[in-house]
Amino acid sequence: MDSGAANDPFPHRHLLGIEGLSRHEIAFLLDRSDVYANQTRGAEQSTLLRGCTVINLFFENSTRTRTSFELAAKRLGGDVINMQAQTSSIKKGETLIDTAMTLNAMRPDVLVVRHPESGAVQLLSEKVDCAVINAGDGSHEHPTQALLDALVIRRRKGRLEGLIVAICGDISHSRVARSNIYLLTNMGAHVRVVAPRTLIPAAIERFGVEVSYDMKKGLANADIVMMLRLQTERMHGSFVPSIREYFHFFGLDYAKLAVAKDDALIMHPGPMNRGVEIDTEVADDIDRSVIRQQVEMGVAVRMACLEALSREARTATAP
Amino acid sequence: MTERILFTNARLLDPASGLDRAGELLAENGMIAALGPDLARDGLDEDVHIVDCAGCCLAPGLIDMRVQLREPGDEHQETLATGAEAAVTGGITTMAMLPNTAPPIDDHALVEFVGRRSREIGRAAIRTYAAATKRLEGRELTEYGLLAEAGAVAFTDGVRAVADALVMRRALSYARTFDLLVVQHPEEPSLSAGGTMNAGEIATRLGLSGITPAAETIMVERDIRLVEITDGRYHAAHVSTAGAIDAIRRAKARGLRVSCDTAPHYFALNETAVGEYRTFAKVSPPLRSEDDRRAVIEGLKDGVIDAIASDHAPQDQESKRLPFASAEPGIVGLETLLPLSLELYHNGSLPLLQVMRALSQRAAEILRLPGGRLKPGAPADLVIFDLDRPWRIDVAALHSKCKNAPYDGRPVQGKVTRTVVGGRTVFGLDA
Repeated sequence: MDSGAANDPFPHRHLLGIEGLSRHEIAFLLDRSDVYANQTRGAEQSTLLRGCTVINLFFENSTRTRTSFELAAKRLGGDVINMQAQTSSIKKGETLIDTAMTLNAMRPDVLVVRHPESGAVQLLSEKVDCAVINAGDGSHEHPTQALLDALVIRRRKGRLEGLIVAICGDISHSRVARSNIYLLTNMGAHVRVVAPRTLIPAAIERFGVEVSYDMKKGLANADIVMMLRLQTERMHGSFVPSIREYFHFFGLDYAKLAVAKDDALIMHPGPMNRGVEIDTEVADDIDRSVIRQQVEMGVAVRMACLEALSREARTATAP
Repeated sequence: MTERILFTNARLLDPASGLDRAGELLAENGMIAALGPDLARDGLDEDVHIVDCAGCCLAPGLIDMRVQLREPGDEHQETLATGAEAAVTGGITTMAMLPNTAPPIDDHALVEFVGRRSREIGRAAIRTYAAATKRLEGRELTEYGLLAEAGAVAFTDGVRAVADALVMRRALSYARTFDLLVVQHPEEPSLSAGGTMNAGEIATRLGLSGITPAAETIMVERDIRLVEITDGRYHAAHVSTAGAIDAIRRAKARGLRVSCDTAPHYFALNETAVGEYRTFAKVSPPLRSEDDRRAVIEGLKDGVIDAIASDHAPQDQESKRLPFASAEPGIVGLETLLPLSLELYHNGSLPLLQVMRALSQRAAEILRLPGGRLKPGAPADLVIFDLDRPWRIDVAALHSKCKNAPYDGRPVQGKVTRTVVGGRTVFGLDA
């Protein structure tokens, strides 16, 4: 899959996950994201992706991620096509591979793909000639979310190394958790996962994280408290008995937050269930909550990813 | 003012420390203050109350980890008050009731209700299990964390097994979050469905459909596999088969957090007690073969079976005076728990301290209750009994509202003379 020269700072054709990226590659993407985040918008329209086609192929509903990729591509001057599973031939029974072949024939430069099944984006990437960015596959990975989370942390705390990060909630089913665990442990942060045992996947400690079933222990002295969304279908007796009980023991409120560091940041990939995993006041606390900055940084991170993965296409189309 | 009671002239029995010797015990404000062969009298007030035990045994009050009380819902069969009265008559100072009431105890308000009633009644302490699944339906988990905070001692679906393997896995796993205990009625329902007594020659002769011992063994073995993958805490209730006991023996040897109890009827009786359709000998799980009965005693001997619980299950006449298959299962056991268990000592099967350990200390440890031992600082929950006194069980004289016990007229040895809860005498034989 490696295609670039030896000194290429990001020698990958696709961005399918954080797992397998080196520390330097992650730092490179974050550095480029930082540059984009600092640019004043509209100063000068970028032409980086002029003549390049980016297809957003979403097999799962998404507003913020799709919009964020669309904005990122447009700010770089690229052409964007959005395809939702509901309006495409997928509905008509076409297989994933047939869809990939069809799209490939249209010669896009970057495919941004979200799919409800783990591994589907990788399968698709093996069948196309262009770069593929995973915008979330099942419970596997969501690399751009982890990068934007890291960017927010780095801009606020100045570093990732040595920070204590508590990731709380449905670890079992969360692609955000997996990507964040890969990224943060790789960058030298100390990661804890905190959840009822029914939401902790098997062998998670092998990922280099500490497991806790108690928010007071898991949040003790934390620099970052990252809350995950709890899907409603898991709340009523299957993984968790009730919303009431979940919020009582695992919902983030000021009482539980009190054991974290005074300047601990609160993060959430959204969309939030207020009163389930997070108390409304905490979510809206302008001193602690960086949930809106996460959305903002999302665009910068996706610009950096499009930049890194479109270099081949750009050199090919260069006049 | 400090309330002091001095129990003198006693044979002190404490299984936890191995203590078995003549001595005295001082209770102060409901707690054990001191015990020993000869307590110093100098510091004692003149108004210390002295109880002469007349050479009787003085042991930690019995902790009965499996009883059914019928309140709320079926108060005509048993109330919390009548159950608590029967308990102290039998030397029981704490009992844990199953959540199979109507409505079932699957909400923290009901746990709090039991706690409040227990304090008001002021006899044996009544603790409760909470339902492992909502409405005891075996599908959705209850609020383990909140229920435990309200006072639930552990989680079980009572007389029903949590049958679905995935639900049981989640129950063990979710309970592990708070380090709580899941108690199983170990019987695979697809195998026991329709059965009324132990499968075998007698069932065949009577024309009754049998319940294979494998129904119990399979469920225990399955659950042990689930404990292994969840790191849960598991207790198999009223084990009755050699197969299940073997499975638990192996699980314990592997270091899994597994425990079990049995009930007196599984070592005092076997399937022949059913005789000619005696519904008072119908229990769930059913009385087993003689080989299984011997295996239960072996299990108690080598400690694989941790505790003896009464499995008290009151059933009124209307529920028992029926054809065998239609009759409800259950035996009342609060008042016969001690003498039937002491048979194991009197017939040479078990040392006395080991019998007492199964009746108090182990249940306290499994349910993480404060009693179960004689030591300074422990609650003064005590039973005083005449170890050798012979008597005959008279079911008509039981304090329980229901009299469904197959022991009428059975000669036994060992009689409770006094029961003390929190330093207060709540039952006295001669009082």
